[in-house]
Amino acid sequence: MSLIETEGLSLFYGNFQALKTISLNIESCRITALIGPSGCGKSTFLRCLNRMNDLIDGVRITGRVAIGGRDIYRRETDLLDLRRRVGMVFQRPNPFPLSVEDNVLFGLKVHGQTDRKILEEKLQRSLEAVHLWDELKDRLKTNALELTGEQQQRLCIARLAALEPEILLMDEPCSALDPIATEKIEALMFELRKRFTIVIVTHNMQQAARVSEETGYFLLGELIEFGETSRIFSAPRDQRTEDYITGRYG
Amino acid sequence: MTGLDRKENFIRAVLLLTAFSAVSVLAVITVFIFAEGTPIMFRRGVGGFLFGLNWYPGEGRFGLLPMIVGSLEVTLGALLIGVPFALACAVVLTEFSSPRLRNILKPVIELLAGIPSVVYGFIGVVVLVPFIRETFGGPGFSVLAASIVLGIMILPTVISISIDALQALPPSYREGALAMGATRWQTVRMVLLPSARSGIVASIILGMGRAVGETMAVIMIAGNAAAVPRTPLDPVRTLTSNIALEMSYASGEHREALFATGVILFVIIMVLNTLANASSSRRARGKRG
Repeated sequence: MSLIETEGLSLFYGNFQALKTISLNIESCRITALIGPSGCGKSTFLRCLNRMNDLIDGVRITGRVAIGGRDIYRRETDLLDLRRRVGMVFQRPNPFPLSVEDNVLFGLKVHGQTDRKILEEKLQRSLEAVHLWDELKDRLKTNALELTGEQQQRLCIARLAALEPEILLMDEPCSALDPIATEKIEALMFELRKRFTIVIVTHNMQQAARVSEETGYFLLGELIEFGETSRIFSAPRDQRTEDYITGRYG
Repeated sequence: MTGLDRKENFIRAVLLLTAFSAVSVLAVITVFIFAEGTPIMFRRGVGGFLFGLNWYPGEGRFGLLPMIVGSLEVTLGALLIGVPFALACAVVLTEFSSPRLRNILKPVIELLAGIPSVVYGFIGVVVLVPFIRETFGGPGFSVLAASIVLGIMILPTVISISIDALQALPPSYREGALAMGATRWQTVRMVLLPSARSGIVASIILGMGRAVGETMAVIMIAGNAAAVPRTPLDPVRTLTSNIALEMSYASGEHREALFATGVILFVIIMVLNTLANASSSRRARGKRG
């Protein structure tokens, strides 16, 4: 059984069909990349996995999405717990304009953790996990907006790590960062892969090739091809995938 | 010089003149109030004005402390009553209501600001004052009555500026919090309100300015006795009421003392405005960062 399974997943914004019967399985503790041109449903697909699409009016979803074997669109799903288990990193770093400490501990407090000792320990361990502890241990009260873009994105990952999710969804996490910062975030992803299952949306194909073990290619709401990254990039089976990765399209 | 240049210059001169006339009116008012009000303050001692307890203009005693305390008490009362409602309303309208409801309610709330203050005073006299007299005792004309009416009068200011502050927050804050499994209320309490704090503080300070400056409604319901109120049920006279009540018949030193009242009011309002500006410009800087 795969950690994430979707079966015939379709999504409509009003009358527009943004996802067309997507079926794919994502294995645990691997990095899976979703590539494709802008507006082809990659991010929409990602947002189905933590039900962030629920926040948009007029969205209708059919098909099945199961995480750990359980359909997350069942009526009795605990949405808050789902989002604790499935964390999301956004395109633009979006730390809250609060202190570094408050950012990291936000999720724990939201989910009812009040024990001071546990909070302090989690604060340090989460920041260590993203290699921010040494840089920021004397600046825990600093407003997070004063950090650099890369530090902000790391902080966003740290505040998710504090919740120990099973899955990290990353929606173009490096597109607002420069190449050096991107490299550091990618290195971090590689480390985190041991602890979390990572699904990353990117339209940077080199990034997909560098960091991921499996790749899916989305085009106009369809999943054209899905498989091992090395195979997708060396021997794509579909003409459209080949066109895209060789730069003839998109 | 071409005809076009001449026309441009002419238009510019006219616009400049118009722009400066607005500023110069303010300057003239300021100079006038200070010129009329400060001499008596220095002649008789600033301390006597600020801390004197007795206001008997006929005997030449001009203690403004009751009015200063009265203004501050009534304003504080208005904030205690109005701000919680206003913030709750702003939060509901931005975070918990459909766009349709918001589009109906926000203009209605802003309409509150357009009701003449004498109407608020009238309702206060007819409904609120008798109610307080019968329920809590005392004359009814009181700090409490004035605070309640002023609390209602500051609602539109505080609500609409707080709504602006909350709506100006990037949607990514809200998304980030919800994506971590926070409830809507946790998101509001732990992320949105602290993030919009400076805008909300500015709205409260502007509401405070409105409460300090309000005259007509207060005259009608506060009782206007020039004594420091001992309980919220005692009558009270504010700085603005003091000027409005006595200006029509004052002359000589009495008239000057009323201008001195104006000077003190002016200073209080300037301080409040400066605080509001400082707070909202900090917000602007925070956004850029």
